[in-house]
Amino acid sequence: MQLVLEKRAERSGTIALVSPLIAIGLTILTMVILFAILGKNPLLALHAYFIAPLTDGYSLQEIAVKATPLVMIAIGLSLCYLANAWNIGAEGQFLIGAVAGSWIAVKTQGTDAGAWVLPAMLVLAAAAGALYALIPAICKVKFGASEILTSLMLVYVADLFLDYLVRGPWRDPHGFNFPTTAEFDPVATVPLLIEGGRLHLGSIIALLVVAAAAILLGRTIKGFEIRVVGAAPRAARFGGFNANQLIILTFAVSGALAGLAGIIEVAGPIGHLQPGISPGYGFTAIIVAFLGRLNPFGILIAGLFLALTFIGGEQAQIAMKIPLDVTKVFQGILLFYVLACDSLILYRFKLVFPNRQVTRGAG
Amino acid sequence: MRKSLLALAAGLLLAGNVSAASAADKLKVGFIYLGPIGDLGWTYQHDLARQALVKELGEKIETTYLENVPEGPDAERSIEQLVRAGNKLIFTTSFGYMDPTQKVAKKYPNVHFEHATGYKRNPNMSTYSAKWYQGRYIQGLIAAKMSKSGVLGYIGSFPIPEVVSGINATMLAAQTINPNIKVKIIWANTWFDPGKEADAAKALIDQGADVIMQHTDSPAAMQIASERGKLAFGQDSEMIKFGPKTQLTSILDTWGPYYIERVKAELAGTWKSEDTWGGLDSHMFAMAPYTNMPDDVKKMAEDAQAAITAGKLHPFKCPIVGQDGKPVECKGGDHLDDGQILGMNFYVKGIDDKLPGK
Repeated sequence: MQLVLEKRAERSGTIALVSPLIAIGLTILTMVILFAILGKNPLLALHAYFIAPLTDGYSLQEIAVKATPLVMIAIGLSLCYLANAWNIGAEGQFLIGAVAGSWIAVKTQGTDAGAWVLPAMLVLAAAAGALYALIPAICKVKFGASEILTSLMLVYVADLFLDYLVRGPWRDPHGFNFPTTAEFDPVATVPLLIEGGRLHLGSIIALLVVAAAAILLGRTIKGFEIRVVGAAPRAARFGGFNANQLIILTFAVSGALAGLAGIIEVAGPIGHLQPGISPGYGFTAIIVAFLGRLNPFGILIAGLFLALTFIGGEQAQIAMKIPLDVTKVFQGILLFYVLACDSLILYRFKLVFPNRQVTRGAG
Repeated sequence: MRKSLLALAAGLLLAGNVSAASAADKLKVGFIYLGPIGDLGWTYQHDLARQALVKELGEKIETTYLENVPEGPDAERSIEQLVRAGNKLIFTTSFGYMDPTQKVAKKYPNVHFEHATGYKRNPNMSTYSAKWYQGRYIQGLIAAKMSKSGVLGYIGSFPIPEVVSGINATMLAAQTINPNIKVKIIWANTWFDPGKEADAAKALIDQGADVIMQHTDSPAAMQIASERGKLAFGQDSEMIKFGPKTQLTSILDTWGPYYIERVKAELAGTWKSEDTWGGLDSHMFAMAPYTNMPDDVKKMAEDAQAAITAGKLHPFKCPIVGQDGKPVECKGGDHLDDGQILGMNFYVKGIDDKLPGK
């Protein structure tokens, strides 16, 4: 008897819907075993991870704050990936957006600049993110350079550029040489939604982005083009769709969204520019995009879910002394199961009995 | 199949220990760590101090820590999580937690905070640090005696005053032994990155340095110096096992007594916001045994340590000449005052390098 994977005649719509759920189920089962090995009560641990953070307003806010950049970046990435353009450098576009927006904040510091400052920061950050993303897109279209490599390498350029600015020209003169700008003025800060909380306007912007992407993909010709070019390049060519133009467009949009996420993070929860403003949001967003099946609402849920594992992981660390590494293991096996279960969309398990004579008839 | 799954689940539940001992009457003390507790340097020493605290006052307190908390957007949330979990006294153990700690402190006036190595205080937020430059001075004396090439290698983390004053103290001491001593400085721009630290150590040795000193947290540089047959100083913790024939001494962070004292004050209700900057005399740090050096060098180091502890020797004794050749104003009588050292933003004469950002 042998267990083999057999290709399905057509992709299974049912499995496509339930595979993320199977993946989450398997992840939780694996976590239960892991918690038990660590000598922790699995039920209490799962409660700390998944239930406790959902039961009070404070952690709900924190989940939204954490999910905001992830969702915004992942939406942009999903457009790229749908169009078969592989932007891996959202982290760099995030940083460049943060830098460009901060430029206005730094230059207007201490002046009586008015309410235009924050909107200008947001616009400039989006523009800078888009331009930065266009570098790999144009290299791809004009010279055939791999956008995966070029976009990834530009992450390090952005990182070091930010590093240079906060250590050199933009350093807070009263900051004892520590690499950070001065705190942004109130007009350069993303407003909070709840007094005394941390939920900020960026979360609303992220929701608008999700809605806009849903409309773009579901109701417009451009959205249709994106999906066709990705799913059936030959058909798209026959249909007269310009794949190169779409690479440029999707890269620019995803760069703009990453840049916007960058400045919102800096002008929001952080309040100043410093190295290490992103704990890898640009890369985690890739997981979010795929976990959300490249669907805007799926991404929203996936972003919130991943944020929940961060917040829950921290609470588990406090409440049950579960090491932080377990949270990372958790995210890793989640992605592993998601990808593994996705293969069931195109394949199915089958038991085969190669060596047994199948006898029929009278016996 | 279903039955066996149920049995498995039940077994797993029983395996997990249900030891949620009620600790409502215990004082909860929280810690935020920059690195992993296994970094064998900075965070490791803070956690040793926490363990000492538990050993001393374990009956009355319960401690919790969050490790690997980056000095970025997550720090504020992590600190607030500790507050919300009921911690009444919270130690945030890295400079970069300064602003996040202050934000949370303003929000929760009834919780007390202790921030390591910063300069912003509140009625409910203290700061504490150690005069490590005193230890650096002793290291400078030893380094100048032990170096054959006359070139010291120095791995800096960030060009903040704490690190700059360490470099200056080292050089002022070394110049009393060898006026022509040179120092090569590499900024790793990180507190903890064994790979980068090792690369820096290799580069310094390639440039002729034969004594390696570091202001970063891992033992990587010690291991490289050991491989290359050079000498080195440990940092934060005892690193002799990474270089039994290499380590000359190490500045040991000994936070335990301070933590115990502060928690006792909290228990007694006498906690006040304070600024503590302790030196060798107050046991905020200690020197590891002087090893791998001749007896006369060891004697010299011990004498210097005794003199500094007794207040007879000040590493920043005037006159001090800046890198530009101009004398530095002497605000503390016959030595620089604390403010000048805490805000130190210049190199002393003889350092052939440019301070970043200058």
